[in-house]
Amino acid sequence: MKYLGRAISHRLFWPVVMLVALLAINVIAVPGFLSITVNSEGHLFGSVIDIVRNGAPTLIIAVGMTLVIATRGIDLSVGSVCAISGAVACSIILGSSNPNDPVVVGVAVLVAVGLSLLLGLWNGFLVAVLGIQPIIATLILMTAGRGIAMLITEGNILTVESAPFKFLGSGFVLGIPVATIFGAVIIIFAALLTRRTALGLLIESVGINPEASRQAGVRARGLLFTVYAFCAVLAAIAGLILTSNQTAADANNTGLFIELDAILAVVLGGTSLNGGRYSLAGTLVGALVIQTLVTTVYTVGIPPIATMVFKAAVVTAVCLLQSETTTAAFARWRRRRAPAPKPVAEVAVSQ
Amino acid sequence: MPESVKAAAPTRAPVVEMTDISISFPGVKALDGVDFRMFPGEVHSLMGENGAGKSTLIKALTGVYSVDSGVIRLGGEQVTFSEPAQAQAAGISTVYQEVNLLGNLTVAENVLLGREPRRFGGIDWKAMRRRAAEILEGLSLDVDPNSLLNSHSLAVQQLVAIARAIDIKAKVLILDEPTSSLDLEEVAELFRVIRSLKESGVAILFVSHFLDQVYEISDRLTVLRNGQLVGEYLTPELLRIDLVQAMIGKELATLEDLESRVHSGERDVAPEAGVKPFLVATGITRKGAIAPVDLVVGAGEVVGLAGLLGSGRTEIARLIGGVDRTDAGQLEVNGEIIKLRTPRQAIKHRIAYSSENRRAEGIVDELSVRDNVILALQADRGWFRPIPRKRQDELAASYIEALNIKTPNADTPVRNLSGGNQQKVLLARWLAIAPRLLILDEPTRGIDVGAKAEIQKLVYSLAENGMSVVFISAELEEVLRLSNRIVVLRDRQKVADLLNDGLDVDDLLALIAEGATEPEPVTGAAS
Repeated sequence: MKYLGRAISHRLFWPVVMLVALLAINVIAVPGFLSITVNSEGHLFGSVIDIVRNGAPTLIIAVGMTLVIATRGIDLSVGSVCAISGAVACSIILGSSNPNDPVVVGVAVLVAVGLSLLLGLWNGFLVAVLGIQPIIATLILMTAGRGIAMLITEGNILTVESAPFKFLGSGFVLGIPVATIFGAVIIIFAALLTRRTALGLLIESVGINPEASRQAGVRARGLLFTVYAFCAVLAAIAGLILTSNQTAADANNTGLFIELDAILAVVLGGTSLNGGRYSLAGTLVGALVIQTLVTTVYTVGIPPIATMVFKAAVVTAVCLLQSETTTAAFARWRRRRAPAPKPVAEVAVSQ
Repeated sequence: MPESVKAAAPTRAPVVEMTDISISFPGVKALDGVDFRMFPGEVHSLMGENGAGKSTLIKALTGVYSVDSGVIRLGGEQVTFSEPAQAQAAGISTVYQEVNLLGNLTVAENVLLGREPRRFGGIDWKAMRRRAAEILEGLSLDVDPNSLLNSHSLAVQQLVAIARAIDIKAKVLILDEPTSSLDLEEVAELFRVIRSLKESGVAILFVSHFLDQVYEISDRLTVLRNGQLVGEYLTPELLRIDLVQAMIGKELATLEDLESRVHSGERDVAPEAGVKPFLVATGITRKGAIAPVDLVVGAGEVVGLAGLLGSGRTEIARLIGGVDRTDAGQLEVNGEIIKLRTPRQAIKHRIAYSSENRRAEGIVDELSVRDNVILALQADRGWFRPIPRKRQDELAASYIEALNIKTPNADTPVRNLSGGNQQKVLLARWLAIAPRLLILDEPTRGIDVGAKAEIQKLVYSLAENGMSVVFISAELEEVLRLSNRIVVLRDRQKVADLLNDGLDVDDLLALIAEGATEPEPVTGAAS
């Protein structure tokens, strides 16, 4: 009971429970759901592999979003940055004489990521220097970004036939999907970057109490530039994976609504939108819950028109379980159920 | 000290009469049997230090709080307000310290907000402008009703707030700290308006930390202390020294004794010979905060800043701590002229400012004790050079032990600690950067006696080891106990700079009340 109590109060408890529950539903619907096989090409194959592969773009963006949210900010422009990065890469590859040249693809990727870095710095400039509220500051790029992508693609859907580019989204290394490897490397990199340096501490400090941090000599401005730039770079990488997967850059639809999934993953993972303490592990669980949810819709056979409603119901359930009001109510319920502690024992504890 | 004027009531009937008012909050008796009254055509000042119960009393009168016991009479009739709108409808208007108007609307819209003249179901804009113009003219304010409120200075906004308040046909006007961000000319303009309202028979409640202003404008004073009534006085009959004593609550020695001592203490002194100054501030000033002031802090010297709240004691500290920027003046640290634009720069010069507002500007409450202790040091090193975890643990452990911080362990979030222990964590943060000058703004406020004594002891030993300290406290005994030198401030000006050599609380009280620059006739006679 004591261990259960501690587990329940852990902020990852309910998201993990939800993930396990969703997986259980899938196993009941499709008994072989968890099985992973190796296909003829030596690639790992199975529903779980699909989840960790298709969930990678959301996870990658959610990692950046976690750091932005930790500073009390939010970045709505990530979906548009996805579209821009995909559009830039595809137009460079299409414009070259040899789309299958890895050097061309390498240049395309670097230019796309570099441009996105500038877009991230723009967001950082609006928030840190001009002091515009993050939701408004990033809304600018969210709306303008798709227009920029449209200008780059000249209004067309750019379909690319490039083996090296296709590898980013749908390739395998040692049997593991490349997208999954990207996701894993990025979340580990972000964890090391923020927790092995003082970056995480300073980000949390600014998110919890900006004025106290300023008086303690923390340079909030530099930190904000860093997190918005980092978030945009990750959005660019996610955009490349999405574009590569579709083998086409679609200014209107690449990364559409992915900012909402990313924010959701962060919140499901227990990081508060009020900023402060953040959990990248929580974000990982949150992103997996969201992708598993999408998969569940197909395995259980929920009609596509009801998908959004189903998703909303699950998210509502997790949010309710995590809310302080519910936690308090649950604690009351447990106290009522548990035998009343002997007064003597209580005195002994308090001394 | 003169008796309360309770007995000597004027023949007029009071417009407001509050009798035996008590209000309790969980664990605190905010008001305890307080009487208060206001007469038409009079300015009445409500005086008291922080926590005396001034704002609680105002909120009881304006219907924000309901009273636990006691009677409120308005124009002779007993009233019970359960919400502010009722008090306003009954003719009690309030202008708060922070102008709570809408800056993006016009002056006319603000004056008549919620009471706009209507026509055909819409707003009659023409009538509204005309009406607003009339009201402003009534106060002889030359303000265009069609201009945006934001385009005016704070002083004009304050006057617009008053115009709005009196249009509600106010019998009682409450002005809570209306002058706190105004300069001298703006205050004069405000006072002109107050006087004309007074002549038209409005009863005005004036709250201000500035004694000069209180004496200039008010006819009557009520002093509260710790939720209790000290007394009601006629302003011209109450000496300033008695007022300060009533507010702070210290019994004074006989007047004669006091005067002679104040006189001997009235020398302006340079820092002790042989002490090398660490910080020399010349004419530093910030508009609306502090008049140009000089301050010298020697190496290893403890300089106490004494004065009432709002006297400029915190304002000076924020300037030399880099928290606020100076408008003019020069700062010299270790013989080098420097500019401080951010606290970060101050920290680079080994100057640490520990804010009086521990919760809002000090601790980072969700972070652990360890993180809070290392925060300033880590920020100074930059994010790329993290303090090794082992060193962090050593730092936290050593300060937890040295300052006797009561916490389960270094991982506990600071918000779970008591106020005194939070304060010690904050001190530890500043000590960790090994400051040459430590500015402590009310480090002992709201903490228990034990922790207070420990912090005092700490300040003493820090100075012994060569650290300069600027020490601010509302408790004069504390300032006297710790300081080598005491700078006295009043109404945003430095009025004295004294060696703490035989000074006592009474001397400081006298200076805080009168200032050294304008001796009372009694003093003149004694010399």
